[in-house]
Amino acid sequence: MENTRRFRFLPMPMHSVLLFMVWLLLNNTLALGHLLLAAFLALAIPLLVAPLQHTQPSVRRPLLAVKQVLLVLGDIVKANIEVAILVMGPLSRMKPGFVAVPLDIERELPITLLASTISLTPGTVSCELSKDRRFLYIHALNLVDEEELITTIKERYEAPLKEIFGC
Amino acid sequence: MDWIEIITAVFILIGGLFTLIGSIGLSRLPDFYMRLHAPTKATTLGLGALLLASMIHFTSLRGYFSIHELLITFFLLITAPVSAHMMAKAGLHVKTRVEDSTRGLEVRDAAKRRNEENADDYQP
Repeated sequence: MENTRRFRFLPMPMHSVLLFMVWLLLNNTLALGHLLLAAFLALAIPLLVAPLQHTQPSVRRPLLAVKQVLLVLGDIVKANIEVAILVMGPLSRMKPGFVAVPLDIERELPITLLASTISLTPGTVSCELSKDRRFLYIHALNLVDEEELITTIKERYEAPLKEIFGC
Repeated sequence: MDWIEIITAVFILIGGLFTLIGSIGLSRLPDFYMRLHAPTKATTLGLGALLLASMIHFTSLRGYFSIHELLITFFLLITAPVSAHMMAKAGLHVKTRVEDSTRGLEVRDAAKRRNEENADDYQP
């Protein structure tokens, strides 16, 4: 929370930038009036909502984060094609199943991001997080090899997240 | 026919195809959890392709960048997994019927138990 003391009029710099861009994108314009309005909203909204914030781990390695986003986008395209083939093929070929993935990350934000990534990528949907945050329960559309699935998730998605947030 | 029109048409066709496959999956798959997979994945790519087509079309038509479609993609990528997660959680809670061939049912029961423990411990 030291940061919030230092920037009293800009409590959440990243959120301000995001709000500024979202407002301009929503209006699809760069007109002066909208630039001013966007700047006003980007300053005013964080001031209003800052007291409601929980502290979240910050991004330590932005470049790696960009790389990870691109990797996940690529995987989403692959996942779509895989699921499309599965859906159109014979249903008896599918072996659905539940898997518990042990987690190494503990903070809320990285776990949320991991769960969302899992839901968007190859044949898996995250169902539930255990109370002690040690396990993420997921449902797989076509469970071929449980161990392999867990290793893939941990290496491909969890390890980079861990590095990005430095935890 | 302009090459931009061809590219736009190809993206619209891809988008339409994946949205259709997503909907077919929704009606064809046998149980609740399997049906969750179709809308979270196939539809994301379908909508992504449609929005890409829209961006290309309006950028060439109006002569300036039309990129507010990116926002729709962004919101979709944030909301789709969250709603799928909440539906899966609800499915666990009411013990939805699962396909007989489903493996790892003990994992599901563990997840369900955690759910109940959570509810017991919850102190407002």
